[in-house]
Amino acid sequence: MAINQEFIGRTYPPTEVYSVGREKIREFANALGERASCYFDVESARALGYPDLVAPPTFAITFTMQAAGQVIHDPELGLDYTRVVHGEQRFVQQRPIFAGDEITSTVSVDSIRSAAGNDMITVKAQVHATDGELVSTVYTLLVSRGVGEAS
Amino acid sequence: MSLISISQVHVGLELPAQEFVFTRADLIRYAGASGDFNIIHWNERVAKEVGLPTVIAHGMLTMGTAIRVVTDWLGDPGKVIEYSARFTRPIPVPDTDEGSTIKVSAKITELLENNQAVISVSAIHNEVTVLAKTTATVQLAP
Repeated sequence: MAINQEFIGRTYPPTEVYSVGREKIREFANALGERASCYFDVESARALGYPDLVAPPTFAITFTMQAAGQVIHDPELGLDYTRVVHGEQRFVQQRPIFAGDEITSTVSVDSIRSAAGNDMITVKAQVHATDGELVSTVYTLLVSRGVGEAS
Repeated sequence: MSLISISQVHVGLELPAQEFVFTRADLIRYAGASGDFNIIHWNERVAKEVGLPTVIAHGMLTMGTAIRVVTDWLGDPGKVIEYSARFTRPIPVPDTDEGSTIKVSAKITELLENNQAVISVSAIHNEVTVLAKTTATVQLAP
């Protein structure tokens, strides 16, 4: 089933505020096997010039993937989630994410295209601090494998 | 430590390569930390039912781990201003103590204005590329 091309450019309402916590940063860094002290020790992060613990470069995925669920599970889009795989991922950071940040994600459909029987949709999440500052833009390409295509 | 200066690097410079091991425990830890509880990352029965050899690592675990080659070298992860990857092959993680190993290497491919450098990252498991078109843009000191 082809996905609905009319969704290109569609923007969804911003998510609820996500509070970035020190323990979540530590937990995420630990799950990546990280040892860099700026993820764990506030003084080390401040020594680098940051206000608090720094989040790893891929940390935003912990809330943007959930935000992208608004698109993925939108029944009007016609995406068969059971056939979806994560194809590509891109993070563009205006600044790092820090412990203490209060942020929202606004997701939109950046592109939809088809190739080799697969549908590909890029979901863009703009991550803003609650004062309106753009913190990062996160692009997630999902591939819906065509029926009959060998995986 | 002070940030690496653009004058200390050149196109072709290779960053210190590293090997990383993923075990089942690592997949479960990442699932909990990231909130990605997709069943193919922890349930062998279901993974096999959908045609996988066994459970596979989260692509984002691989991507998040691979950038350590860049950030460990750089000394300041906050200076990664762009990071992108394409997930080309899954990494099966068998139920063994040894787990699965990825070899990550990186080299500078381009120097930009404003003291920025583009780094190409390669991640290999069992001689197969698991991340393609993987690049990080970093901010260096003048």
